[in-house]
Amino acid sequence: MVNLKNVFKSFGEKPVIEDVSLKIEKGTITSFIGPNGAGKSTLISMISRLIAKDEGDITIDGKDIFKTKSNELAKKISILKQSNNINLKLTVRELVSFGRFPYSQGKLTKEDWEKVDEAIAYLELEEIQDKYLDQLSGGQRQRAHIAMTVAQDTEYILLDEPLNNLDMRHANQIMKTLRRLVDEKGKTVVIVIHDINFASCYSDQIVALKDGKIVKQGRACDVIDKCVLRELYDMDIDIKEIDNKRICFYY
Amino acid sequence: MGYKSKTIILAIVSLLLALLYIFYDLTGNIDYILPRRLIRVVAIILTGGAIAFATVIFMTITNNRILTPSVLGLDSLYMLVQTVIIFLFGANSIVMMNSSLNYAISISVMILFSLVLYRFLFQGEGQNIYFLLLIGMILGTFFGSFTEFMQVLIDPNEFGMAQDRMFASINNVNRELVYISIVIIVLVLLYFIRYYKYLDVIGLGRDNAINLGVPFYPVVKRLLVIVAILISVATALIGPITFLGLLVVNVAYEMMQTYRHLYIILGSVFISIIALLGGQFLVEKVFAFSTPVSVIINFIGGIYFIYLLLKENKSW
Repeated sequence: MVNLKNVFKSFGEKPVIEDVSLKIEKGTITSFIGPNGAGKSTLISMISRLIAKDEGDITIDGKDIFKTKSNELAKKISILKQSNNINLKLTVRELVSFGRFPYSQGKLTKEDWEKVDEAIAYLELEEIQDKYLDQLSGGQRQRAHIAMTVAQDTEYILLDEPLNNLDMRHANQIMKTLRRLVDEKGKTVVIVIHDINFASCYSDQIVALKDGKIVKQGRACDVIDKCVLRELYDMDIDIKEIDNKRICFYY
Repeated sequence: MGYKSKTIILAIVSLLLALLYIFYDLTGNIDYILPRRLIRVVAIILTGGAIAFATVIFMTITNNRILTPSVLGLDSLYMLVQTVIIFLFGANSIVMMNSSLNYAISISVMILFSLVLYRFLFQGEGQNIYFLLLIGMILGTFFGSFTEFMQVLIDPNEFGMAQDRMFASINNVNRELVYISIVIIVLVLLYFIRYYKYLDVIGLGRDNAINLGVPFYPVVKRLLVIVAILISVATALIGPITFLGLLVVNVAYEMMQTYRHLYIILGSVFISIIALLGGQFLVEKVFAFSTPVSVIINFIGGIYFIYLLLKENKSW
């Protein structure tokens, strides 16, 4: 379980996260939603120790993440940030193999390569596994990066806007993969997401953030609510229930 | 052709060039000429290797292929040290004439400066490499201006001496200093081995490196210390020549087409040795010592740099 207690963060004078406390249960997909500048990315970066917190406690399975050894943590939690422009001559397979670094420190064993193959198969990248990253489309590249985190084989997988710049088909494909990771492998997935319909359809828990504070957190059906969304986005959003799923109509 | 065979070919070319340099037109007093040529070749391998190696590490840390360690301001600091020595003691003083003493002073000032700079910048929260580079650049410019200021004040003859130091030259390397440099570089390499495995991962960028469990700032800090020592040794031995790094590392990346640092480092080191040996050969045989090797390197490097800028510009 990931546990945040009274977490604060400010950049210079400007507070970005104010007094956030939340719990992320194992074996769920949790989505962070909210308008631009709400602090979603900052929060996910703090949970994955990419940026330091100012105050409060962040623990994973009871261990303080800033006191745990970085390499130990890399076997427990992985993060994929939204901008991944790697300027290296790197094939998909080589990128995925980097996911094994926490275990092998660069010297991959047979077992490691099996995990790499497994991750490539999981994201259906077999056909393009020997292509260079700069030859791929945005969706393929995104999937290659997710395959790397799958190869990293951590209990917790954090993704910062994994659907950015993807068309519907690829976005759906990625959300389905994440759902499978949770349902089949028992992983815990946390994502930052802008499309509230994707959040509504695929996540178990939703955390709604605004101005660095939590507006509402709970089950998807509780958060996708007219009042909550009005407070969050300052607009009236029509919510229709289709096949037991809450779909927001905001066009 | 794969990067492995390319590395081997580069190694062979370097070796052949070294042999050519040593044995070409070997007439006259062999007992005098041969050791002198040998020591020059060793000096070239040391400085060329050190600069290429340091530049590869530096580019990986900063994730930027047009930055060289010269933005840390070490070149300008070296010039400042030389000018201050001339300013205070005169060009014929023992500090200027005794190359070991001069070497010791230059190298300790440069390494001390880097350590103080890193210590100052890596403490506390605001750990930002670009901030370090910015400070390095500003200090470098400051050192440069201060150097110029003092050069205006000194005697024109002494100014000639100072100007002489501005260009790297392998014509008069001191044997003992080459030996000391070998020891320092070997020690640095031994220290580096522990951090080698992190380089490929750091190449993926800061966020990915932290995600994969690299203790990012401690490692980067140590790698920067390695860069500073290597650049200081090379600069104190033959003079400011960091521009070479930009040229050779980019050629190595274009040539090798891989992300593996082992081959990028080896490739850069060999290309660097080839460039310096070739340059020195031209200096001696074609230009008859009328121009220092760094002028040739900077000339070719400068053209290549402009080409890089234009190429980057086009791809936007």
